[in-house]
Amino acid sequence: MPIGTHGEDTAAARDERAAAGLRAENWGWRHAGRSSWALRGLDLVIEPGERVLLLGASGAGKSTLMHAFAGVLGGADEGEEEGELLVGGRRPEETRGRVGLVLQDPDSQIVLARVGDDVAFGCENLGVPRDEIWPRVGKALAEVGLDLALDRPTSALSGGQKQRVALAGVIAMRPDVVLLDEPTANLDPAGVVEVRDAVAGVVRASNATFVVIEHRVDVWLDVVDRVIVLEPGGGVLADGDPATVLRERGEELAAGGVWVPGADPLGGGPARERPVLERAVTHPLLLEAAALAVERVPGTVVADCIDVRVRAGEATAVTGPNGAGKSTLALTLAGLIPRAGGTLVATPELSGVDPADGVPPRPRLLRLGRWRHDVTPAADPARWTSRALLTRIGTVFQDPEHQFVSGSVRGELEVSLRALRLPPEEIAERVADVAGRLRLEELLDANPYTLSGGEKRRLSVASALVARPRILVLDEPTFGQDSRTWAELVRLLGEQLDRGTAVVAVTHDRAFIEALADQVLEVGGS
Amino acid sequence: MSILTPIRGTARIYTVNPVAKLAAALLLSGFLIVTIDWVSAAVALVLESLLFANAGLDGRAFFRRTAAIWIAAPLAGLTTLLYGVQDGRTYVELWLIHISDGSIVLAIATVLRILAIGLPAVVLFATIDPTDLADGLAQVWHLPSRFVLGALAGLRLISLFLDDWRQLELARRARGLGDTGRVRRFAGQAFALLVLSLRRGSKLATAMEARGFGGSITRTWARESVFGSREWLLVAIGASIGAIALATSIATGAVRFVVG
Repeated sequence: MPIGTHGEDTAAARDERAAAGLRAENWGWRHAGRSSWALRGLDLVIEPGERVLLLGASGAGKSTLMHAFAGVLGGADEGEEEGELLVGGRRPEETRGRVGLVLQDPDSQIVLARVGDDVAFGCENLGVPRDEIWPRVGKALAEVGLDLALDRPTSALSGGQKQRVALAGVIAMRPDVVLLDEPTANLDPAGVVEVRDAVAGVVRASNATFVVIEHRVDVWLDVVDRVIVLEPGGGVLADGDPATVLRERGEELAAGGVWVPGADPLGGGPARERPVLERAVTHPLLLEAAALAVERVPGTVVADCIDVRVRAGEATAVTGPNGAGKSTLALTLAGLIPRAGGTLVATPELSGVDPADGVPPRPRLLRLGRWRHDVTPAADPARWTSRALLTRIGTVFQDPEHQFVSGSVRGELEVSLRALRLPPEEIAERVADVAGRLRLEELLDANPYTLSGGEKRRLSVASALVARPRILVLDEPTFGQDSRTWAELVRLLGEQLDRGTAVVAVTHDRAFIEALADQVLEVGGS
Repeated sequence: MSILTPIRGTARIYTVNPVAKLAAALLLSGFLIVTIDWVSAAVALVLESLLFANAGLDGRAFFRRTAAIWIAAPLAGLTTLLYGVQDGRTYVELWLIHISDGSIVLAIATVLRILAIGLPAVVLFATIDPTDLADGLAQVWHLPSRFVLGALAGLRLISLFLDDWRQLELARRARGLGDTGRVRRFAGQAFALLVLSLRRGSKLATAMEARGFGGSITRTWARESVFGSREWLLVAIGASIGAIALATSIATGAVRFVVG
C-alpha cells in the first residue's frame, strides 16, 4: 500500500511531491469553553500514501482531528492541546499548504467568484509563479472531471460541482496529504457519485496520502485501503483493511450510526404499524392541489401543473432533479409562500372552518393583487395566520439553522406552544414528551447552534411536531444523517403517520421512500 | 441579474483596470467638490455625456443603474430651493421656507453637481468586476492582500445572506412567530442573520486558511493587474474633464469656492 505503487516515471515527474505520513501521539484537544475533551489520548499512525476511511460515531472528534492535521484548528485561544501531532515529521502549523482539506459545506469553501480563480487561489497563497499556476488549474479541473470555462461563475454551480471545484483547488496545490471532511454530506445522490468518482480519479493519479471522513461506507469502499474507527472521546476502536474491519466490527459500527453495507438501520422491522394498502381511501383529505404552479421570486414560476392530494396518515414523497422546484413546492404546500397559479385548497377537515359559513374569517389579510384565484381565505394556507398554521401544517427546513429562533433547545421547543398560548403545565408536558422521544432531554439547556448535525435535525423535527400539526412538511430530512439518526427519524415519522398525521417529504433518499411513502410525486424532468 | 453584479461585455472599457476607473472617478470629483457653482457642473456634465456612449452600458442598463442618482439629485435640489441661502429677490416666504434668487441658483447647481459627480462614478463602477478590482488594489496600489482578499471573499457571501434572510422569514412564519409586530420580528430576524453570517464567515475563513491563505509565504497573483497607457488615458480624461470644468468656471467668474 504505502508509497511508490504508481511507478517510477510518475513519481519522478511529481518531483518534490513525496507523500507525507500522519502521526498522533497521545494527542488530545479541548475546545475553548468546553469541559470535556473532543479527543484525548489518541495514538495513530498513517503511512505515506495510504488511503484511509476514518469512521466513528457523531461526536467522536473526527472533524477536530482533520482540522488539526490541516493546521487550521487555531491557537491556544481556540482550545487546549496535549500530546503531539505530526505531518511528515513536522507540526501541522509549519506544513500548512502541504495538507489540503475539503470540507462539508459547498457554499462555505468557494472563495472566489470565477471557477478558474477559485482553483488558483491556493496556488497563489503558496507563492507558485504565475506561469505555472494556470497549467496546474487546467490539469486539476481535468482530474476532477470538470469541463468548465475558467470564467464560469461559481455561484451557478451545483453542490457536486462546487465540491469538485474545491477538490481541484486543493490538488492544484500539489499537497502531500489530502483530507476530506464529509465531502458528500450536503449532496444529493448524483452529487455524491460525482464527487466520489472525482476523488477516486485523483487518488489514482496522485501518490498523496488520503483520509476521508464519511458515514456512508459503501460509497468509499472501493477508494480506500484502510479503515480506522475512532472511539468517542479518543482512542482507536478498530483499524485494518476494510473487509476485515467491516466483518469483525460491522454490527458495532452500524449500531454507532455508520452506514455499513448490507445492514438495515431499521433492524428488519417495518417503519409503520399498518401496511400501506390497508389505509388508503378512508382517510380524510386534508389538502388538494390542482394544476398548481409555484414560484419563489414573484414572476418566476419554477414548477407547474402539479396535482396532489394530501390525506391524513399518508406519506407523500416529492422527488425530482436539482432545481426542479421541489423545495419551492414544499414551502407552497406548507402555506409559507403564495402559489403562482392553479389551486391549493385546504379542506374543512384541515382548516376547521366550515365553508358553508361563507364568511372569510380574516378579511384584513387580503392584500389586493396578491391573491389571484377564487379560493376562499379559509381554504388557502398562504393566507392563514402564522399561529393558525402551527396546528395545521408544520415545516422542517432543509437547513435546521434557518429555523432556530431561541438560545436554548428548551426555548426552541416552547416557542410555538407559547404562540398557541397554551397553559404552562401543558407546555412543560409536551416539551418533556417530545424531548424524551427524540433523545433531547440531556440537551434542553444547550444552545441549538452548538449541537451536532444529527442533534440539530432531531431538534428541528421536534420543534415542528410539538405543536401537533395535521400535516408535516419536510425538506430533505435525511441529508447527511448517520444511520442511527436516519432510523430514528424514519421510525418517528412512521409513528406520526400511524397516528394520522400526513407527511410530505422532499427527498432523494430511496431507502426513506421505500420505508414510508404511500405516493411519490415526481417534479420536473421527464 | 442583480444590481450588485458587474455588467460584462466586449467593449474596451470592460478590460480597463478597475483601479484606473476608481482613480478617474476620484480625480473628477476632486475637481468638482472645490466649487459649488452651476457652470463647472454643467461643463463637466456636457463633457461626460459625450463619453457615456462609450461606457459599455446600453440605454436601459444606464438608467437602471443610475436610477438612484436621478431620484436623489432633484430631491437635493428641491431641498436647496426651499431652504437654501437667501440672496437677491425672494419669491416665496413661508416659515422656514425661502425661495430666492440665491436658492434657485444654488438648487440648479446642486442638481447638476450631483449628476456630474454621481453619474460617471456609477457608470465606471458598473463595469468593475470585484475580483479584478481586488487584483488591482493589491498589485497596483499595494494594499495588503489579506485585507483585500478578505473583503473580496466576504462580498461573495452577500448573495448567501439574501437567501438566508428569505429562509429566516419563512421559518418565522412556520414557527408561529409571523403574526407579531414587524419591528420586533425584524429585530429577531436580523439577530439570527448576524449569527448565521458569523458562522458562515468563520467557515469561509477556515476554508481559506486550509488553502494556505494568511501564511508566511509571499503570495503570487494568478491574474496580472496591468496599468498601462489605456489606464493612464482614462485617468487623464477624468482629470481633464474636472480641470476644464473648473477652469471654465474660474474664467467666467462663476466660481464659488466651498472653502475660503
